Amino acid sequence: MTPQPAATPPELKAQARELNFHYGAFHALKNISLPVYNEKITALIGPSGCGKSTFLRCFNRMHDLYPGNRYGGEIRLFPDDVNLLSQEVDPIEVRMRVSMVFQKPNPFPKSIFENAAYGLRVRGMNKKAELEEKVETALVNAALWNEVKDRLSEPAFNLSGGQQQRLCIARALAIEPELVLFDEPTSALDPIATASIEELMLELKEKVSILIVTHNMQQAARVSDYTAFLYLGEVIEYDDTKRIFTNPEKKQTEDYITGRFG
Amino acid sequence: MKNSHPRARKRRIKEQFIEIGLLTAACSSVAITFAIIFVLLKESLNFFAEVPLFDFLTDTQWTPLFDDAHFGILTLISGTVTTTLVALAVAVPLGLTIAIYISEFASPRLREIIKPILELLGAVPTVVFGYFALIVVTPLLQKIYPDLPGFNMLSAGLVMGIMIVPYISSVSEDAMRAVPMQLREGAYAMGATRLRTALTVVIPAAFSGLAAALTLGSSRAVGETMVVAVAAGMQPNLTLNPLQPAATISSFIVQVSLGDLPHDSIGYKTIFAAGLTLLLITLVFNVIGYWLRQKFREEY
Repeated sequence: MTPQPAATPPELKAQARELNFHYGAFHALKNISLPVYNEKITALIGPSGCGKSTFLRCFNRMHDLYPGNRYGGEIRLFPDDVNLLSQEVDPIEVRMRVSMVFQKPNPFPKSIFENAAYGLRVRGMNKKAELEEKVETALVNAALWNEVKDRLSEPAFNLSGGQQQRLCIARALAIEPELVLFDEPTSALDPIATASIEELMLELKEKVSILIVTHNMQQAARVSDYTAFLYLGEVIEYDDTKRIFTNPEKKQTEDYITGRFG
Repeated sequence: MKNSHPRARKRRIKEQFIEIGLLTAACSSVAITFAIIFVLLKESLNFFAEVPLFDFLTDTQWTPLFDDAHFGILTLISGTVTTTLVALAVAVPLGLTIAIYISEFASPRLREIIKPILELLGAVPTVVFGYFALIVVTPLLQKIYPDLPGFNMLSAGLVMGIMIVPYISSVSEDAMRAVPMQLREGAYAMGATRLRTALTVVIPAAFSGLAAALTLGSSRAVGETMVVAVAAGMQPNLTLNPLQPAATISSFIVQVSLGDLPHDSIGYKTIFAAGLTLLLITLVFNVIGYWLRQKFREEY
């Protein structure tokens, strides 16, 4: 889990290039350029309001849901090198490839099975056997299968908070995404549930690329391979996680990491 | 600064008067409700002293004003049920569609325009709706079914449905807008379209509120008087066929109240038994609504 030495540079999954973002008149992201490597975990840290969630939500075009938002620059998704932010790209097509786990567990008012199967149904899958197989795989990957396999038809609300969040992870994984966005996935969970989600993320990066926003610096240090420190809508520093946390180049980064501000 | 200062005493007395005044105002509405129930029960008991309850519930004719009097409330209930079902068949799909549109699709500006206009529909006096049914809708329907009588439950029910659309759409829209945004975002993030999100996530999440809208609309339709009195004819008719004319419980009550029956006659007393029946039906709707709200309440 330690970052690869620079000798064999990892493959790119996505690359933000001079990304700008406006909420109406507010310039929220300023000229952000950042790589997201394949089958690695990239963490975004920074104080509240620094734009890290805003940046994350550009990757699945969540901002398109609200009027008055404007993107500039581009986010390239590989291997096909397509600009996710292009006007010609349908946001729904983006979301077919890039899925997301939210801050608070947000299971749908449906059964556990139907929650995990939701994305598959959106993609037109209706065969029972196929759905069952994919749902089982997703629940196994989300480390939830053993706890729920006998109660798949129960409402998802019956699960505990940590289980609900793992169900949301299963929902995001079932569609076999190329990139999963985690928006402070453990901020509403207790330490034990948090530890299990972190462990899960480390297993997941074998198969999928992960971009995670976190408020918790220990979490970034524990799980991520690369870390970007954002402040006031700009990337102040980006590097191997180890270097960011042991020997940051910028004073601001060091101050934030050591808890002098934020 | 002593409490016994005349100024302080005066103020205290004034405060007390105000408090008693407010309490009286609050109690009066409760008292009136109980008074209504009391009168209904008392007069109904007089009625049931003369007409057996069994006949009331099982007789198939309602002719309280004839020499050969029959008191089968089912006849009136059938009219109420039929007009209510026709009204809900119009109001539920239309109201829900409007609610989905306003809550999930319309831009904030459009929403600010549509909502007041829709609520204006609720401000039209019901007697106007009644004449609209009789003079506009019935002739239109007669172009399709030439045999349709001039008074019929279909036309009254359809117009009543239009009338309660604002109730259903407004309450449903509130319920749908109360669904947290993060739940919608969860669905959008999976690649769902707006319509799919509305149908598969927002509506199930808002179900308890939608049930409330449905029961509110039903109670409104069951109790509605003027539209059915004007457009459905006032002849008691035991049928569930909306193409027929019929009297409903409410239109019968208005018919007798406006007539010149002596107050101690059995014909006059029937309106209390009918009123009590109406009250019980709406009470049942409210209990069902309450139960649905509790059962499907989701906490976020």
